[in-house]
Amino acid sequence: MNEALNVHRLHFAFTITFHYIFPQLTMGLALLLVYLKTKALRTGDEHYNRAARFWARIFGINFALGVVTGIPMEFQFGTNWAAFSKTAGGVIGQTLAMEGVFSFFLESSFLGLFLFGEKKLGRVGHWWAAFLVWLGSWLSGFLIVATDAWMQHPVAYRMGANGEIELASFWGLLLNKWAIWQYAHTMLGAVQTGCFVMAAVGAFYLLTNRHEVYGRTFVKGGVLVGVVAAVLQLAPSGDAQGKMIAQNQPVTLAAMEGLFETQEGAPLAILGQPDVKNRKLDNPLVIPKMLSFLTYQKWGANVRGLEAFPQDEWPDQIALLYFSYHLMVGLGTIFIAVMVVAAFLLWRGKLYESRWMLWILMIGVPLPYIANTAGWMTAELGRQPWLIYGLMRTAQGVSPRVVAGNAWFTLIGFMGMYTVLGILWLFLIYREIEEGPGPDEGDSRIEARISVTAD
Amino acid sequence: MGTIWFCLVAIMIAMYVLLDGFDLGAGAIHLLVAKTDLERRQVLASIGPVWDGNEVWLIAAGGTLYFAFPALYASGFSGFYLPLMMVLWLLILRGSSLEFRNHVKSAVWDPFWDFLFCASSILLAVFFGAALANVVRGVPLDATGYFFEPLWTNFQLGEETGILDWYTILVGVLALLALVMHGALWVQLKTSGAVNDRAKRLAGHVWWGVVALTAIVTAVTFQVQPQVKENFVTWPLGFVLPLLAVAGLAGVAFELRKHEERKAFFASCAYLAGMLTSVVFGVYPMVLPARNPVYSLTVNGAKAGAYGLKVGVIWWIVGMILAAGYFTFVYRSFAGKVEVESDSNGHSY
Repeated sequence: MNEALNVHRLHFAFTITFHYIFPQLTMGLALLLVYLKTKALRTGDEHYNRAARFWARIFGINFALGVVTGIPMEFQFGTNWAAFSKTAGGVIGQTLAMEGVFSFFLESSFLGLFLFGEKKLGRVGHWWAAFLVWLGSWLSGFLIVATDAWMQHPVAYRMGANGEIELASFWGLLLNKWAIWQYAHTMLGAVQTGCFVMAAVGAFYLLTNRHEVYGRTFVKGGVLVGVVAAVLQLAPSGDAQGKMIAQNQPVTLAAMEGLFETQEGAPLAILGQPDVKNRKLDNPLVIPKMLSFLTYQKWGANVRGLEAFPQDEWPDQIALLYFSYHLMVGLGTIFIAVMVVAAFLLWRGKLYESRWMLWILMIGVPLPYIANTAGWMTAELGRQPWLIYGLMRTAQGVSPRVVAGNAWFTLIGFMGMYTVLGILWLFLIYREIEEGPGPDEGDSRIEARISVTAD
Repeated sequence: MGTIWFCLVAIMIAMYVLLDGFDLGAGAIHLLVAKTDLERRQVLASIGPVWDGNEVWLIAAGGTLYFAFPALYASGFSGFYLPLMMVLWLLILRGSSLEFRNHVKSAVWDPFWDFLFCASSILLAVFFGAALANVVRGVPLDATGYFFEPLWTNFQLGEETGILDWYTILVGVLALLALVMHGALWVQLKTSGAVNDRAKRLAGHVWWGVVALTAIVTAVTFQVQPQVKENFVTWPLGFVLPLLAVAGLAGVAFELRKHEERKAFFASCAYLAGMLTSVVFGVYPMVLPARNPVYSLTVNGAKAGAYGLKVGVIWWIVGMILAAGYFTFVYRSFAGKVEVESDSNGHSY
């Protein structure tokens, strides 16, 4: 049974981690596409429409991969986590069903129109298509985060006669305060991925002296939106998230921070490796009293360490949780520094000539992906050993009849298939970037392609 | 309230079959009706802007099933673990081939994705038919409310069934033929020239197979699942549903002969809707029949809490009105025959 549990966990972790590579860019880019289309509409400059078309092609590839890797996520609640679904389906089924009914229909319908219907829709109509794709993808994000937030912080429920959990308040579920802050934090993370990708492509064009007009548009758009998102990510969204964890999941906070002993004036660990067996942090580099201050706004506040909690309530992967959290926070700090400096250079009119900054923007592109992944790992590992915090343990949630062998079989299948998909994704995105948004004046690439076929 | 949700989920599944059915069918006949690159792009363009939205019906229906009948979702999805995972893989392959094909122009790239698109569409049609047949036939549920079906046992309808036995394979083949017909009728509606001719001829040929298998499967089903007969005897009004299917099937042949392209496609929709609703009507009030009828999951045994189901009706209606609006708008925007001559992107503008 234990082996099956671990394989089922790995199964979900692997498929969701791979899946989330795509939606974070989709949601971020959707906002930037609205930005470009708004610019086009307001200035009447066809340049922005061509820029939007270029990003729409990348968006399309990315969206398709998000869809095909997303369907397995919904299925897995039933296939691999049947006991959980049976118990909690009446609550989390609400948000998942609403995601299909409200956001996926909206998103897929208007993406088709956005990608294939620009001529038919006209300028204003096409702006609306972009806007509705954005709305659909952000609504989808909210409903998924609300689902996870309920598992982190169950509210608005009551226990049914046979031990199943029933919904008690629809708005209570949707307006869960955990959901609101987690949503803000998640979406800001997605926007940063979108901004870093757009700025990186722009920087690549500027550094290689190609498509320079577009390069400037992309760098500017990425940096302008990115600096706002990076700062808001720290405060209020990250700060509020941290305080909620301190209040509702204190044992998680202790594990994230690598704090084994309860102490007044607890230090904030910057570096160090948790030694869970001996309950200490190796090679620590700490800021004294900082954790107490950040958590309770008092330098001398008492912060409970892991020792204050029974060991069977500790998250089961403390070291991984600790590193995920530290990676996320560290990268988030770097993003603020990079974006603030880039925005300053942009303001001074020096960004497009500052090759060192363009280099940083270009090679920084994997970092937001890592930070977003690490952030989700912090949330999900931090919730352990609970599947629904305080109500149901992860071990109680797996499908009772699906043995480890079958779970391994499908996990290996997904690994193989996703490896191929990942390679294809990189290849196709690289081709689009290589081909570029087309010449700045004259025909778009689509029209250029027509003349090629006509020959 | 349980029965209402039983009907709503059935409607969503029927919508999925009608809509994604035609693009699955178009995929299944892709290599058969389209020979040149231009022709293949015609077929792809006929479903390009809509297939993704069609597939959303599967996700939305799945989500709604989850929310309305959590115990069914848990039991059914974990019991059909292996075939569902394979369905997921096929959906991934199919979605990727549709998306990736037109990004690279090469003598080895396009044919590869065309083949994959065709093969995954065929297999999906068979799998969906077999899945439906598994539900009708019943599964080895026990007192715990769970089961796990291997892919096959001895291909017989005993106590310990597998996903595949002679009955489910038979229904799988019927599903393939029905969707091939449905897809061919869509393709003839949306295309012109050689593709249109071939699709029409194919639909006409396959029609005979659909008629024959529909008759056989119907006769066998009454033996396999006694509840079906019982329900039709108890509520004779239910005969409207199989009549709709028969009328639809007759309509396909009739309209094809008259070259009424649009009416022929809608007749096929009526056939599929009639068949599906007949099945659903036949198994009610069970949502998942067991081989041993004592353990069958029923509407009342599987439904979620009363409050959740009640609020659900409100947002479901709002959501469906919106979705109907989007679909009408999208299908109107892409109405008429596809034109691919002037475009190498695989999509009509």
